Amino acid sequence: MDSTVATGTEEKTWGGGNEPLKASYGKMMMWFFIVSDALTFSGFLAAYGFSRFKFINEWPIADEVFTHVPFLHGQELPMIYVAFMTFILIMSSVTMVLAVDAGHHMNKAKVTIYMFLTIIGGAIFVGSQAWEWATFIQGDYGAVQTKGGNILQFGEYVTVDGEQKFKRVSIDDIAIAQESDRATHERKNGLWFVDEATLPPYSVNEIYAGLMANENVLVRNQLLDENGHKTVLSRAESLKQIKENGKLVVKGANLQVNEYGTTLFADFFFFITGFHGFHVLSGVIINIIIFFNVVLGTYERRGSYEMVEKVGLYWHFVDLVWVFVFTFFYLV
Amino acid sequence: MAHEHKLEIFRGRWKFKSNTQKIWGVLGFLTFVTLIEVVLGIYKPDVLMHTWMSPFEGGFFATLGNILFSPIVYMKPLNLIFILLTIVKAYYITWDFMHMRDETGSMRKMVVWTGVFLICYLIFILLQEGGYVFEVYNGTDSLIKRDF
Repeated sequence: MDSTVATGTEEKTWGGGNEPLKASYGKMMMWFFIVSDALTFSGFLAAYGFSRFKFINEWPIADEVFTHVPFLHGQELPMIYVAFMTFILIMSSVTMVLAVDAGHHMNKAKVTIYMFLTIIGGAIFVGSQAWEWATFIQGDYGAVQTKGGNILQFGEYVTVDGEQKFKRVSIDDIAIAQESDRATHERKNGLWFVDEATLPPYSVNEIYAGLMANENVLVRNQLLDENGHKTVLSRAESLKQIKENGKLVVKGANLQVNEYGTTLFADFFFFITGFHGFHVLSGVIINIIIFFNVVLGTYERRGSYEMVEKVGLYWHFVDLVWVFVFTFFYLV
Repeated sequence: MAHEHKLEIFRGRWKFKSNTQKIWGVLGFLTFVTLIEVVLGIYKPDVLMHTWMSPFEGGFFATLGNILFSPIVYMKPLNLIFILLTIVKAYYITWDFMHMRDETGSMRKMVVWTGVFLICYLIFILLQEGGYVFEVYNGTDSLIKRDF
Protein backbone atom coordinates (compact mmCIF):
# COMPACT_ATOMS: atom_id res chain seq x y z
CA MET A 1 0.00 0.00 0.00
CA ASP A 2 2.91 2.34 0.47
CA SER A 3 4.27 1.76 -3.00
CA THR A 4 4.01 5.46 -3.82
CA VAL A 5 6.24 6.57 -1.00
CA ALA A 6 9.45 8.04 -2.36
CA THR A 7 12.44 6.27 -0.97
CA GLY A 8 14.95 8.64 -2.42
CA THR A 9 16.66 5.98 -4.50
CA GLU A 10 14.83 6.60 -7.80
CA GLU A 11 17.71 8.48 -9.34
CA LYS A 12 20.35 5.89 -8.46
CA THR A 13 21.42 3.19 -10.87
CA TRP A 14 19.56 0.37 -9.17
CA GLY A 15 16.60 2.49 -8.14
CA GLY A 16 15.10 2.90 -11.56
CA GLY A 17 16.80 6.16 -12.35
CA ASN A 18 19.05 4.50 -14.87
CA GLU A 19 18.24 5.03 -18.53
CA PRO A 20 20.00 2.45 -20.70
CA LEU A 21 20.73 3.70 -24.22
CA LYS A 22 19.60 7.14 -23.04
CA ALA A 23 16.00 6.20 -23.74
CA SER A 24 13.36 6.45 -21.07
CA TYR A 25 11.63 3.31 -19.83
CA GLY A 26 8.39 4.01 -21.69
CA LYS A 27 10.03 4.72 -25.01
CA MET A 28 12.23 1.67 -24.72
CA MET A 29 9.23 -0.54 -24.03
CA MET A 30 7.44 0.96 -27.02
CA TRP A 31 10.44 0.05 -29.16
CA PHE A 32 10.39 -3.50 -27.81
CA PHE A 33 6.73 -3.73 -28.75
CA ILE A 34 7.36 -2.26 -32.19
CA VAL A 35 10.14 -4.74 -32.97
CA SER A 36 7.97 -7.69 -31.96
CA ASP A 37 4.97 -6.36 -33.84
CA ALA A 38 7.14 -5.78 -36.89
CA LEU A 39 8.03 -9.46 -36.73
CA THR A 40 4.35 -10.39 -36.59
CA PHE A 41 3.62 -8.35 -39.68
CA SER A 42 6.64 -9.63 -41.55
CA GLY A 43 5.46 -13.13 -40.65
CA PHE A 44 2.16 -12.38 -42.37
CA LEU A 45 3.76 -10.77 -45.38
CA ALA A 46 6.28 -13.58 -45.73
CA ALA A 47 3.43 -16.11 -45.52
CA TYR A 48 1.74 -14.14 -48.29
CA GLY A 49 4.96 -14.44 -50.26
CA PHE A 50 5.05 -18.18 -49.57
CA SER A 51 1.54 -18.70 -50.93
CA ARG A 52 2.21 -16.45 -53.86
CA PHE A 53 5.37 -18.36 -54.77
CA LYS A 54 3.38 -21.55 -54.46
CA PHE A 55 0.87 -20.26 -57.04
CA ILE A 56 3.25 -17.96 -58.88
CA ASN A 57 1.74 -18.73 -62.30
CA GLU A 58 -1.82 -17.97 -61.38
CA TRP A 59 -1.83 -15.27 -58.72
CA PRO A 60 -4.41 -12.51 -59.38
CA ILE A 61 -3.09 -9.24 -60.81
CA ALA A 62 -3.67 -6.55 -58.18
CA ASP A 63 -4.17 -3.86 -60.83
CA GLU A 64 -7.21 -5.71 -62.12
CA VAL A 65 -8.69 -6.22 -58.68
CA PHE A 66 -8.33 -2.85 -57.00
CA THR A 67 -9.55 -0.49 -59.70
CA HIS A 68 -12.26 1.42 -57.89
CA VAL A 69 -12.38 4.96 -56.59
CA PRO A 70 -15.38 6.23 -54.61
CA PHE A 71 -17.85 8.37 -56.62
CA LEU A 72 -16.22 7.37 -59.91
CA HIS A 73 -18.34 4.44 -60.95
CA GLY A 74 -17.41 2.23 -63.83
CA GLN A 75 -13.97 3.71 -64.35
CA GLU A 76 -10.87 1.57 -64.13
CA LEU A 77 -8.39 3.53 -62.06
CA PRO A 78 -5.94 1.07 -60.56
CA MET A 79 -3.90 2.21 -57.57
CA ILE A 80 -5.26 5.76 -57.40
CA TYR A 81 -7.32 5.21 -54.29
CA VAL A 82 -4.69 3.17 -52.44
CA ALA A 83 -2.12 5.82 -53.25
CA PHE A 84 -4.51 8.36 -51.77
CA MET A 85 -4.87 6.23 -48.63
CA THR A 86 -1.10 5.94 -48.35
CA PHE A 87 -0.77 9.69 -48.63
CA ILE A 88 -3.44 10.23 -45.94
CA LEU A 89 -1.57 7.94 -43.57
CA ILE A 90 1.81 9.57 -44.23
CA MET A 91 0.15 12.96 -43.76
CA SER A 92 -1.28 11.92 -40.40
CA SER A 93 2.19 10.71 -39.47
CA VAL A 94 3.43 14.20 -40.23
CA THR A 95 0.81 15.87 -38.03
CA MET A 96 1.74 13.39 -35.31
CA VAL A 97 5.43 14.23 -35.47
CA LEU A 98 4.49 17.92 -35.46
CA ALA A 99 2.48 17.28 -32.30
CA VAL A 100 5.52 15.62 -30.73
CA ASP A 101 7.65 18.60 -31.75
CA ALA A 102 5.11 21.05 -30.27
CA GLY A 103 5.18 18.92 -27.11
CA HIS A 104 8.93 19.43 -26.84
CA HIS A 105 8.25 23.15 -26.83
CA MET A 106 5.46 22.66 -24.24
CA ASN A 107 3.01 24.31 -26.60
CA LYS A 108 -0.34 22.90 -25.49
CA ALA A 109 -2.46 24.65 -28.13
CA LYS A 110 -0.40 23.29 -31.02
CA VAL A 111 -0.23 19.77 -29.59
CA THR A 112 -4.02 19.81 -29.33
CA ILE A 113 -4.51 20.88 -32.94
CA TYR A 114 -2.01 18.42 -34.37
CA MET A 115 -3.34 15.51 -32.30
CA PHE A 116 -6.81 16.34 -33.57
CA LEU A 117 -5.64 16.36 -37.19
CA THR A 118 -3.88 13.02 -36.63
CA ILE A 119 -7.10 11.48 -35.35
CA ILE A 120 -9.00 12.81 -38.38
CA GLY A 121 -6.38 11.36 -40.74
CA GLY A 122 -6.58 7.98 -39.02
CA ALA A 123 -10.38 8.01 -39.22
CA ILE A 124 -10.29 8.79 -42.95
CA PHE A 125 -7.87 5.92 -43.45
CA VAL A 126 -9.96 3.39 -41.53
CA GLY A 127 -13.05 4.57 -43.41
CA SER A 128 -11.28 4.15 -46.74
CA GLN A 129 -10.22 0.68 -45.77
CA ALA A 130 -13.78 -0.24 -44.86
CA TRP A 131 -14.84 0.99 -48.29
CA GLU A 132 -12.08 -1.08 -49.94
CA TRP A 133 -13.30 -4.16 -48.10
CA ALA A 134 -16.89 -3.51 -49.07
CA THR A 135 -15.95 -3.13 -52.74
CA PHE A 136 -13.78 -6.23 -52.61
CA ILE A 137 -16.53 -8.33 -50.98
CA GLN A 138 -19.17 -6.96 -53.34
CA GLY A 139 -17.19 -8.04 -56.37
CA ASP A 140 -17.27 -6.78 -59.88
CA TYR A 141 -17.59 -9.14 -62.81
CA GLY A 142 -18.23 -12.48 -61.18
CA ALA A 143 -16.69 -15.78 -62.23
CA VAL A 144 -17.21 -19.51 -62.34
CA GLN A 145 -15.32 -21.86 -60.07
CA THR A 146 -14.36 -25.24 -61.47
CA LYS A 147 -14.37 -28.60 -59.74
CA GLY A 148 -10.65 -28.26 -59.21
CA GLY A 149 -11.10 -24.89 -57.51
CA ASN A 150 -9.83 -22.81 -60.43
CA ILE A 151 -11.51 -19.55 -61.33
CA LEU A 152 -12.80 -18.88 -64.86
CA GLN A 153 -13.60 -15.30 -65.81
CA PHE A 154 -15.40 -13.83 -68.81
CA GLY A 155 -14.55 -11.15 -71.29
CA GLU A 156 -14.47 -10.19 -74.93
CA TYR A 157 -11.99 -8.65 -77.34
CA VAL A 158 -12.71 -5.03 -78.14
CA THR A 159 -10.75 -2.65 -80.31
CA VAL A 160 -9.59 0.45 -78.44
CA ASP A 161 -7.56 2.97 -80.51
CA GLY A 162 -6.82 0.29 -83.11
CA GLU A 163 -5.56 -2.09 -80.46
CA GLN A 164 -7.13 -5.40 -79.51
CA LYS A 165 -7.87 -5.45 -75.81
CA PHE A 166 -9.50 -8.06 -73.64
CA LYS A 167 -12.35 -6.40 -71.78
CA ARG A 168 -13.99 -8.16 -68.85
CA VAL A 169 -17.69 -8.96 -69.10
CA SER A 170 -19.89 -9.23 -66.04
CA ILE A 171 -21.91 -12.38 -65.42
CA ASP A 172 -24.89 -10.12 -64.87
CA ASP A 173 -24.74 -9.16 -68.54
CA ILE A 174 -24.59 -12.67 -69.97
CA ALA A 175 -26.61 -14.89 -67.64
CA ILE A 176 -29.89 -16.07 -69.10
CA ALA A 177 -32.48 -17.19 -66.58
CA GLN A 178 -33.33 -20.90 -66.74
CA GLU A 179 -35.84 -23.02 -64.93
CA SER A 180 -34.14 -22.77 -61.59
CA ASP A 181 -32.45 -25.93 -60.39
CA ARG A 182 -33.43 -25.26 -56.83
CA ALA A 183 -34.46 -22.53 -54.42
CA THR A 184 -32.70 -21.54 -51.24
CA HIS A 185 -33.63 -23.84 -48.42
CA GLU A 186 -35.45 -22.06 -45.63
CA ARG A 187 -36.54 -23.25 -42.23
CA LYS A 188 -40.16 -22.63 -43.08
CA ASN A 189 -40.20 -24.80 -46.20
CA GLY A 190 -37.86 -27.63 -45.29
CA LEU A 191 -36.09 -29.07 -42.32
CA TRP A 192 -36.96 -26.65 -39.55
CA PHE A 193 -33.65 -27.15 -37.74
CA VAL A 194 -31.32 -26.59 -40.69
CA ASP A 195 -30.17 -23.34 -42.29
CA GLU A 196 -28.62 -22.83 -45.67
CA ALA A 197 -26.35 -20.01 -46.75
CA THR A 198 -27.47 -17.80 -49.62
CA LEU A 199 -27.18 -19.48 -53.00
CA PRO A 200 -25.03 -17.90 -55.70
CA PRO A 201 -26.82 -15.31 -57.88
CA TYR A 202 -26.87 -17.65 -60.88
CA SER A 203 -26.48 -21.33 -61.59
CA VAL A 204 -23.75 -22.61 -63.88
CA ASN A 205 -26.46 -23.60 -66.40
CA GLU A 206 -27.63 -20.01 -66.65
CA ILE A 207 -24.11 -18.83 -67.29
CA TYR A 208 -23.56 -21.56 -69.88
CA ALA A 209 -26.74 -20.59 -71.70
CA GLY A 210 -25.57 -16.99 -71.69
CA LEU A 211 -22.16 -17.96 -72.98
CA MET A 212 -23.80 -19.93 -75.81
CA ALA A 213 -25.93 -16.92 -76.75
CA ASN A 214 -23.08 -14.38 -76.71
CA GLU A 215 -20.84 -15.46 -79.58
CA ASN A 216 -17.96 -13.10 -78.82
CA VAL A 217 -17.61 -13.80 -75.12
CA LEU A 218 -14.59 -15.87 -74.15
CA VAL A 219 -13.36 -17.47 -70.97
CA ARG A 220 -10.00 -16.78 -69.47
CA ASN A 221 -8.34 -18.86 -66.81
CA GLN A 222 -5.84 -17.81 -64.16
CA LEU A 223 -2.62 -18.96 -65.80
CA LEU A 224 -0.26 -16.12 -66.63
CA ASP A 225 1.45 -16.11 -70.03
CA GLU A 226 5.00 -14.86 -70.59
CA ASN A 227 3.75 -11.26 -70.81
CA GLY A 228 2.04 -11.50 -67.44
CA HIS A 229 -1.49 -11.60 -68.85
CA LYS A 230 -4.10 -14.20 -68.03
CA THR A 231 -4.64 -16.88 -70.70
CA VAL A 232 -7.74 -16.36 -72.86
CA LEU A 233 -9.25 -19.60 -74.14
CA SER A 234 -10.63 -20.19 -77.61
CA ARG A 235 -14.40 -20.13 -78.11
CA ALA A 236 -14.71 -23.91 -78.28
CA GLU A 237 -12.47 -24.41 -75.27
CA SER A 238 -14.41 -21.74 -73.34
CA LEU A 239 -17.71 -23.54 -73.83
CA LYS A 240 -16.12 -26.89 -73.00
CA GLN A 241 -14.55 -25.61 -69.77
CA ILE A 242 -17.78 -24.13 -68.44
CA LYS A 243 -19.85 -27.12 -69.43
CA GLU A 244 -17.56 -29.83 -68.14
CA ASN A 245 -15.79 -28.23 -65.22
CA GLY A 246 -17.98 -25.35 -64.08
CA LYS A 247 -19.32 -26.00 -60.62
CA LEU A 248 -20.13 -22.79 -58.79
CA VAL A 249 -20.92 -19.22 -59.80
CA VAL A 250 -18.98 -16.74 -57.70
CA LYS A 251 -19.61 -13.05 -57.21
CA GLY A 252 -17.38 -11.07 -54.88
CA ALA A 253 -15.25 -12.62 -52.19
CA ASN A 254 -15.44 -14.43 -48.89
CA LEU A 255 -13.04 -16.69 -47.05
CA GLN A 256 -13.96 -19.81 -49.03
CA VAL A 257 -14.05 -18.55 -52.58
CA ASN A 258 -13.55 -15.34 -54.51
CA GLU A 259 -13.97 -14.21 -58.08
CA TYR A 260 -10.43 -12.83 -58.40
CA GLY A 261 -8.49 -16.07 -58.35
CA THR A 262 -7.03 -18.41 -55.78
CA THR A 263 -8.82 -18.47 -52.44
CA LEU A 264 -5.64 -17.60 -50.56
CA PHE A 265 -5.56 -14.21 -52.27
CA ALA A 266 -8.76 -13.03 -50.57
CA ASP A 267 -7.80 -14.75 -47.32
CA PHE A 268 -4.53 -12.86 -47.15
CA PHE A 269 -6.23 -9.65 -48.20
CA PHE A 270 -8.71 -9.91 -45.35
CA PHE A 271 -6.13 -11.07 -42.86
CA ILE A 272 -3.29 -8.65 -43.54
CA THR A 273 -5.22 -5.47 -44.30
CA GLY A 274 -7.63 -6.42 -41.54
CA PHE A 275 -4.87 -6.82 -38.99
CA HIS A 276 -3.35 -3.55 -40.11
CA GLY A 277 -6.74 -1.82 -40.01
CA PHE A 278 -7.19 -3.12 -36.48
CA HIS A 279 -3.85 -1.52 -35.57
CA VAL A 280 -4.97 1.77 -37.09
CA LEU A 281 -8.25 1.58 -35.21
CA SER A 282 -6.53 0.97 -31.88
CA GLY A 283 -4.08 3.75 -32.77
CA VAL A 284 -6.98 6.15 -33.32
CA ILE A 285 -8.54 5.15 -29.98
CA ILE A 286 -5.24 5.62 -28.14
CA ASN A 287 -4.76 8.95 -29.90
CA ILE A 288 -8.21 10.07 -28.73
CA ILE A 289 -7.34 9.18 -25.14
CA ILE A 290 -4.08 11.11 -25.37
CA PHE A 291 -5.88 13.99 -27.08
CA PHE A 292 -8.22 14.37 -24.13
CA ASN A 293 -5.32 14.13 -21.71
CA VAL A 294 -3.65 16.96 -23.59
CA VAL A 295 -6.82 19.04 -23.55
CA LEU A 296 -7.25 18.45 -19.82
CA GLY A 297 -3.68 19.58 -19.25
CA THR A 298 -2.40 16.31 -17.79
CA TYR A 299 0.96 16.56 -19.53
CA GLU A 300 1.19 20.29 -18.90
CA ARG A 301 1.05 19.50 -15.18
CA ARG A 302 3.38 16.54 -15.54
CA GLY A 303 5.87 18.87 -17.15
CA SER A 304 6.55 16.63 -20.14
CA TYR A 305 4.72 15.53 -23.26
CA GLU A 306 6.59 12.25 -23.48
CA MET A 307 3.34 10.30 -23.63
CA VAL A 308 2.56 11.99 -26.96
CA GLU A 309 5.97 10.87 -28.16
CA LYS A 310 5.35 7.24 -27.21
CA VAL A 311 1.96 7.14 -28.89
CA GLY A 312 3.59 8.87 -31.83
CA LEU A 313 6.06 6.00 -32.14
CA TYR A 314 3.18 3.55 -32.37
CA TRP A 315 1.38 5.70 -34.91
CA HIS A 316 4.44 5.98 -37.14
CA PHE A 317 4.90 2.25 -36.90
CA VAL A 318 1.39 1.73 -38.26
CA ASP A 319 2.32 4.01 -41.15
CA LEU A 320 5.55 2.08 -41.66
CA VAL A 321 3.70 -1.22 -41.89
CA TRP A 322 1.25 0.23 -44.39
CA VAL A 323 4.13 1.26 -46.65
CA PHE A 324 5.09 -2.42 -46.87
CA VAL A 325 1.53 -3.70 -47.22
CA PHE A 326 1.03 -1.19 -50.03
CA THR A 327 4.10 -2.46 -51.85
CA PHE A 328 3.47 -6.17 -51.50
CA PHE A 329 -0.28 -6.18 -51.98
CA TYR A 330 -0.83 -3.49 -54.56
CA LEU A 331 2.44 -2.91 -56.41
CA VAL A 332 4.57 -6.03 -56.68
CA MET B 1 13.98 20.10 -21.52
CA ALA B 2 16.46 20.22 -24.32
CA HIS B 3 15.71 18.09 -27.33
CA GLU B 4 18.40 18.26 -29.90
CA HIS B 5 17.54 17.11 -33.36
CA LYS B 6 19.90 16.37 -36.16
CA LEU B 7 18.63 18.66 -38.84
CA GLU B 8 20.13 17.28 -41.99
CA ILE B 9 19.15 14.42 -44.27
CA PHE B 10 20.86 12.74 -47.24
CA ARG B 11 24.17 12.72 -45.29
CA GLY B 12 24.13 16.45 -44.83
CA ARG B 13 23.26 17.36 -48.41
CA TRP B 14 19.92 18.79 -47.31
CA LYS B 15 20.03 20.93 -44.17
CA PHE B 16 17.07 22.41 -42.35
CA LYS B 17 16.79 25.34 -39.98
CA SER B 18 14.27 23.80 -37.62
CA ASN B 19 12.77 20.42 -36.82
CA THR B 20 9.41 21.50 -38.22
CA GLN B 21 11.00 22.36 -41.54
CA LYS B 22 12.75 19.02 -41.62
CA ILE B 23 9.42 17.24 -41.09
CA TRP B 24 7.89 19.01 -44.08
CA GLY B 25 10.99 18.30 -46.15
CA VAL B 26 10.76 14.59 -45.35
CA LEU B 27 7.05 14.62 -46.18
CA GLY B 28 7.88 16.13 -49.56
CA PHE B 29 10.46 13.43 -50.19
CA LEU B 30 8.14 10.58 -49.15
CA THR B 31 5.34 11.95 -51.33
CA PHE B 32 7.75 12.16 -54.22
CA VAL B 33 8.81 8.53 -53.75
CA THR B 34 5.16 7.39 -53.51
CA LEU B 35 4.38 9.30 -56.70
CA ILE B 36 7.20 7.54 -58.55
CA GLU B 37 5.82 4.20 -57.36
CA VAL B 38 2.29 5.01 -58.46
CA VAL B 39 3.35 6.30 -61.88
CA LEU B 40 5.55 3.23 -62.47
CA GLY B 41 2.74 0.99 -61.22
CA ILE B 42 0.21 2.50 -63.63
CA TYR B 43 2.36 2.71 -66.76
CA LYS B 44 4.56 -0.35 -66.15
CA PRO B 45 7.31 0.47 -68.67
CA ASP B 46 8.07 -2.53 -70.87
CA VAL B 47 11.81 -2.33 -70.19
CA LEU B 48 11.18 -3.05 -66.53
CA MET B 49 8.77 -5.93 -67.02
CA HIS B 50 11.28 -8.62 -67.95
CA THR B 51 14.29 -9.80 -66.02
CA TRP B 52 17.54 -8.43 -67.34
CA MET B 53 19.46 -11.64 -66.72
CA SER B 54 18.54 -15.27 -67.18
CA PRO B 55 19.61 -17.73 -64.49
CA PHE B 56 23.06 -19.32 -64.79
CA GLU B 57 23.01 -22.97 -65.66
CA GLY B 58 25.07 -25.97 -64.69
CA GLY B 59 27.07 -26.76 -61.63
CA PHE B 60 27.61 -25.49 -58.16
CA PHE B 61 28.93 -22.06 -59.11
CA ALA B 62 25.90 -21.39 -61.29
CA THR B 63 23.66 -22.06 -58.29
CA LEU B 64 25.86 -19.86 -56.14
CA GLY B 65 25.68 -17.11 -58.77
CA ASN B 66 21.91 -17.40 -58.95
CA ILE B 67 21.63 -17.00 -55.20
CA LEU B 68 24.04 -14.07 -55.25
CA PHE B 69 22.28 -12.28 -58.09
CA SER B 70 18.79 -13.50 -57.19
CA PRO B 71 17.25 -9.99 -57.09
CA ILE B 72 18.06 -9.42 -60.75
CA VAL B 73 17.96 -13.01 -61.95
CA TYR B 74 14.54 -13.92 -60.63
CA MET B 75 12.82 -10.59 -60.06
CA LYS B 76 11.35 -8.18 -62.58
CA PRO B 77 13.31 -4.90 -62.37
CA LEU B 78 10.04 -3.08 -61.69
CA ASN B 79 9.40 -5.13 -58.56
CA LEU B 80 12.99 -4.68 -57.44
CA ILE B 81 12.58 -0.90 -57.79
CA PHE B 82 9.34 -1.02 -55.78
CA ILE B 83 10.98 -2.94 -52.96
CA LEU B 84 14.02 -0.67 -52.86
CA LEU B 85 11.85 2.46 -52.83
CA THR B 86 9.79 0.94 -50.00
CA ILE B 87 12.91 0.40 -47.95
CA VAL B 88 13.95 3.99 -48.65
CA LYS B 89 10.56 5.17 -47.40
CA ALA B 90 10.78 2.93 -44.34
CA TYR B 91 14.21 4.40 -43.57
CA TYR B 92 13.01 7.99 -43.56
CA ILE B 93 9.86 7.19 -41.57
CA THR B 94 11.94 5.46 -38.90
CA TRP B 95 14.84 7.87 -38.90
CA ASP B 96 13.00 11.19 -39.02
CA PHE B 97 9.43 10.58 -37.89
CA MET B 98 10.32 8.09 -35.18
CA HIS B 99 13.45 10.12 -34.34
CA MET B 100 15.79 7.17 -34.72
CA ARG B 101 18.34 9.67 -36.03
CA ASP B 102 18.48 11.27 -32.59
CA GLU B 103 18.79 8.06 -30.56
CA THR B 104 22.12 6.62 -29.47
CA GLY B 105 23.91 4.40 -31.97
CA SER B 106 23.51 1.28 -29.88
CA MET B 107 19.77 1.87 -29.55
CA ARG B 108 19.50 2.11 -33.35
CA LYS B 109 21.47 -1.07 -33.83
CA MET B 110 19.49 -2.94 -31.20
CA VAL B 111 16.24 -2.26 -33.00
CA VAL B 112 17.31 -2.34 -36.64
CA TRP B 113 19.76 -5.24 -36.67
CA THR B 114 17.46 -7.52 -34.67
CA GLY B 115 14.53 -6.77 -36.95
CA VAL B 116 16.45 -6.93 -40.19
CA PHE B 117 18.19 -10.19 -39.32
CA LEU B 118 15.03 -12.01 -38.22
CA ILE B 119 12.95 -10.69 -41.10
CA CYS B 120 15.56 -11.68 -43.68
CA TYR B 121 15.69 -15.15 -42.15
CA LEU B 122 11.91 -15.47 -42.22
CA ILE B 123 11.65 -14.27 -45.81
CA PHE B 124 14.41 -16.60 -46.96
CA ILE B 125 12.87 -19.67 -45.33
CA LEU B 126 9.31 -19.03 -46.47
CA LEU B 127 10.08 -17.99 -50.03
CA GLN B 128 12.46 -20.91 -50.49
CA GLU B 129 9.77 -23.26 -49.24
CA GLY B 130 7.11 -21.63 -51.44
CA GLY B 131 9.29 -22.13 -54.50
CA TYR B 132 9.79 -25.76 -53.54
CA VAL B 133 6.05 -26.38 -53.16
CA PHE B 134 5.58 -24.77 -56.57
CA GLU B 135 7.99 -27.33 -58.02
CA VAL B 136 6.11 -30.17 -56.31
CA TYR B 137 2.85 -28.93 -57.82
CA ASN B 138 4.14 -28.09 -61.29
CA GLY B 139 7.20 -30.25 -61.91
CA THR B 140 7.26 -32.72 -64.79
CA ASP B 141 6.95 -35.63 -62.36
CA SER B 142 4.25 -33.97 -60.31
CA LEU B 143 1.62 -36.30 -58.93
CA ILE B 144 -0.92 -33.59 -58.32
CA LYS B 145 -3.46 -32.58 -60.93
CA ARG B 146 -5.12 -29.20 -60.62
CA ASP B 147 -6.27 -28.31 -64.14
CA PHE B 148 -9.82 -29.56 -63.94
